[in-house]
Amino acid sequence: MSKPDNNNTYSHDLPARQLDPELQAARDEKIKVAMIGLCGCWGCTLSLLDMDEALLGLLDKVTILRSSLTDIKRIRERCAIGFVEGGVANEENIETLKEFRENCDILISVGACAVWGGVPAMRNEAELTDCLKEAYVASVTAVPDAIPTIPYHEDIPRITTKVYPCHEVVRMDYFIPGCPPDGATILKVLDDLINGREFDLPASINRYD
Amino acid sequence: MNNKIQAIIQRYQADRTRLLDMLWELHYLYGYLPDKALSELAAGLNLSVDDVRETSSFYHYFHDHPTGRYTLYLSNTVIARMNGYQQVLAALERETGAPVGGMDESGTFSLYETPCIGLSDQEPAMLVDDVVFTRLTPEKVSDIIRQLKRGRSPAEIANPKALPEDEVAYVDQLIDTPVCKTGEVFFQQQDDYAGLLQNALDAGPDAVIGIMTSAGLRGHGGAGFSTGLKWRLCREAPGAAKYVICNADEGEPGTFKDRALLTRSPQAVFMGMILAASAIGAREGIIYLRREYIYLKAYLEKQLQQFREQGLLGDRILGRAGFCFDIRIQMGAGAYICGDESALIESCEGKRGTPRVKPPYPVQQGYLGMPTCVNNVETLAAVTRVMQQGADWYQGLGTDDSRGCRLLSVSGDCLRPGIYEIEWGTTLNQVLSLVGAADPWAVQVSGPSGECVAVGKSGERRFGYGDLCCNGSLMIFNRSRDLLDIVHHFMQFFVDESCGICTPCRAGNIDLRDKVERIMAGRGCQQDLDEIVSWGSLVRSTSRCGLGGSSPNPILTTLQQFPEIYQAKLVQQQGALLPSFDLDKALQGNEQARIELTQTELTALPEVTK
Amino acid sequence: MSIQITIDGQPVAAEEGHNLVDVAAENGVYIPTLCYLKGHPCLGTCRVCSVRVNGHVAAACSVPVADGMQVEVETTELADMRKALIEFLFSEGNHNCPSCEKSGRCDLQATGYEVGMMVSRFPYRFPVRERAVVADHIWLERDRCIFCQRCVEFIRDRKTDQKIFSIKGRGSTAQIEINTELANAMPPEQVREAADICPVGCILEKGVGFNDPIGQRKFEIQSVRERALGDKKK
Repeated sequence: MSKPDNNNTYSHDLPARQLDPELQAARDEKIKVAMIGLCGCWGCTLSLLDMDEALLGLLDKVTILRSSLTDIKRIRERCAIGFVEGGVANEENIETLKEFRENCDILISVGACAVWGGVPAMRNEAELTDCLKEAYVASVTAVPDAIPTIPYHEDIPRITTKVYPCHEVVRMDYFIPGCPPDGATILKVLDDLINGREFDLPASINRYD
Repeated sequence: MNNKIQAIIQRYQADRTRLLDMLWELHYLYGYLPDKALSELAAGLNLSVDDVRETSSFYHYFHDHPTGRYTLYLSNTVIARMNGYQQVLAALERETGAPVGGMDESGTFSLYETPCIGLSDQEPAMLVDDVVFTRLTPEKVSDIIRQLKRGRSPAEIANPKALPEDEVAYVDQLIDTPVCKTGEVFFQQQDDYAGLLQNALDAGPDAVIGIMTSAGLRGHGGAGFSTGLKWRLCREAPGAAKYVICNADEGEPGTFKDRALLTRSPQAVFMGMILAASAIGAREGIIYLRREYIYLKAYLEKQLQQFREQGLLGDRILGRAGFCFDIRIQMGAGAYICGDESALIESCEGKRGTPRVKPPYPVQQGYLGMPTCVNNVETLAAVTRVMQQGADWYQGLGTDDSRGCRLLSVSGDCLRPGIYEIEWGTTLNQVLSLVGAADPWAVQVSGPSGECVAVGKSGERRFGYGDLCCNGSLMIFNRSRDLLDIVHHFMQFFVDESCGICTPCRAGNIDLRDKVERIMAGRGCQQDLDEIVSWGSLVRSTSRCGLGGSSPNPILTTLQQFPEIYQAKLVQQQGALLPSFDLDKALQGNEQARIELTQTELTALPEVTK
Repeated sequence: MSIQITIDGQPVAAEEGHNLVDVAAENGVYIPTLCYLKGHPCLGTCRVCSVRVNGHVAAACSVPVADGMQVEVETTELADMRKALIEFLFSEGNHNCPSCEKSGRCDLQATGYEVGMMVSRFPYRFPVRERAVVADHIWLERDRCIFCQRCVEFIRDRKTDQKIFSIKGRGSTAQIEINTELANAMPPEQVREAADICPVGCILEKGVGFNDPIGQRKFEIQSVRERALGDKKK
């Protein structure tokens, strides 16, 4: 994704506008948080935004370096807390997750897909060959008598054999189940962590669906 | 309706508890259990066909698909693997044309692997239908298969002199019974069983139980429960009928001493049962004989018949109106778990061999819900000897917490594999020198469910309930053996043999096996070892029966005695990706799919950042 | 006969021989269960109710209480054991709550919340188990079966007393079977009973899907712990 011989330019490689030094200094003081999405539906990321105005109360303490609002592919600086949505379903997911792990102190699986594979992992019951066949070769919309092809280009990440929960690829520190978890649940976790409290998800708010 | 099936149902008086016998008869009739036949059997027993299948599908010698004219089961123990198993298996596949687990095209041969068939002293060995061939080599296999193809029956090949099946000479023709060392207790010549029994009956049940108790006789099956106490509890338990069961399901890989006792001293075992019956007040006895020992059945039946003729079994034993007792042989059908006494009882009742929830214990509610005494073959043989020689004599043997002697089935890296009678209290080193183990490194004591000990560390440990508790299986490995591979094999054995009734054993053994695989593949790290210990202890303490209670032992005991073999395989995590995550494998499926679907190989693949 | 036992050090009066799970609940101590169904014989299959009795780990549902018994329930070690047992079940099958009809009224899910499970520590296996869809009013989502044996033991044909549900095979390759003929003869209330006693979304009634709105589902109205303890909750 960031190979020097590649002619593509990624959003995180673009020069960023320098912030006002005072603003920058204030931001540097804050706890840096980021959220990335792997193979999921972005519902969990929306849940993060579902904190609504409660988010504003946190902004004194945290700064969100990456979310679905700033769709950069890579975070530019080390984060204290990283939220991951989605399971690992292709090589780009592996690379993203690996990079995120390397740059986050605490990494949290958010939602069913990140936690155990979720809906994308329903394909784990089938062979990848059959999935790709169904999608591209034998699909109802396939062009009759066409030479069978599977999209392949270096810009298209290869799909992995199975869909993996994040913690089978890199170490994850905490897990927030749910499909998606409520904004309030994510808020509680975030609030606990930035205030130095133990991660705790009581039965009353723990949900798998 | 099919007359033959009707006849089977009638023979067992439509008694659902004899389902295992009826299934065996169907199996002999068709070579497998056809759906239609099962349906008819079910209808005749007022069961749903799925209920019948619930039982039949539990046992691995019952097949629900057609099998070949000859069915071959090659024993796949670790001992066999040390003695040319792979070559023998390859020869079998080649000569029969049948893949493992399948049938050849002509329908002549079905070939299966099977766990220990109780012949670790002469492996590789295989069952062909109801006979057995031992000390197999590729040449021997070729010869056997060639003869079968020429139309000779397995029995004709194994028993060229056509000895009658009910003679011990027949058994000796099929297998060796190397009793390398006898002692004071077992394999004793005994001619006057009538006199022995007479004395016991004269003394009365309480006295007999008292003798067993004060002799300090403990069950030889492995758990070491006091025989006298078991009998007393059973005697005192209320019940309209009581039962004695002889556990001859010797399924622990590496044991074969019960086979030797049943071959050389069957009547001592029967007499033990009769004594138990007299003590607890039983009228019926069952010998639960594992299917793998089918070639002993006719011989044992004849021995039982002799006892009946001598007035030692049947109505009015020794002329006493109040004492009627007879023994039937219940054939098993392939399930290690049936060595558990309550699973064995379920199996005797024609059900799945699922260990029961305890309490109630078998002595309270056992076979058919009645108080039942289940004793191991070796225990029953010892009972007879104790009765003959007296409690004081027996007390003089062995150690304080382990009276008497025990039989060891010794196999593996030693000069003289076979049966050894040792007094409790003998050290491991003494046994090793006795059997001619030149360079012993590790010893698997009590089979996979026991412990693996390092000879260097544990050689001076003594056999006994308080120290090296041994159920009779002793497998010796020298330094050339791959212990991790052996551990993996044992874990696979438990995965295959778990009945599946409880969560930790059904699920946990698979996860433990996979951990071993991960370590063997060089993808394990310290955390995996920590998890093995934690998961192993979880399975051990939460499982319903002794299988799950001991299945993590192969890993846990080697981890304790041979930590270096694990450490040598561990890796350190490099970078963020977990060592257990196999990136190549994760991307392999895609390449495979492309090749299969588009018939084009990938050429210029972009490198994934590792 | 009235006897005394202790649960986590607290003296508790009980009737001898009563089931430990019930005795604990009557005294406000919740022991998670899955296979145990009050009023029915103990199945002892899931082991989720593991506690220590006189120092030894035992499935509480299989323990008749006896005088002087010392029971430990709420220790860190035991709580983790019970959680691990629930986690085994989640990784062993496919428990995709978001797409499951039973979500919100599923014992496994509700007990998962109680034991504080966020993820299974065991590798997720994604088993492939064929559905059984042939019967008229009932179908089986086999990859959700946890082999509790409730249906096998407690649901029988009312005319012949034959088993309607059964297990085929053994160990990890076992699977739940349903006898189509007998299933088709089940009266509607028995079909409902079968679906209800299934602690997961394996036995399902055809034509009934996601019938209660989110927020008003069984365990959202009252948690599995509250249901077990009734008015005895602490």
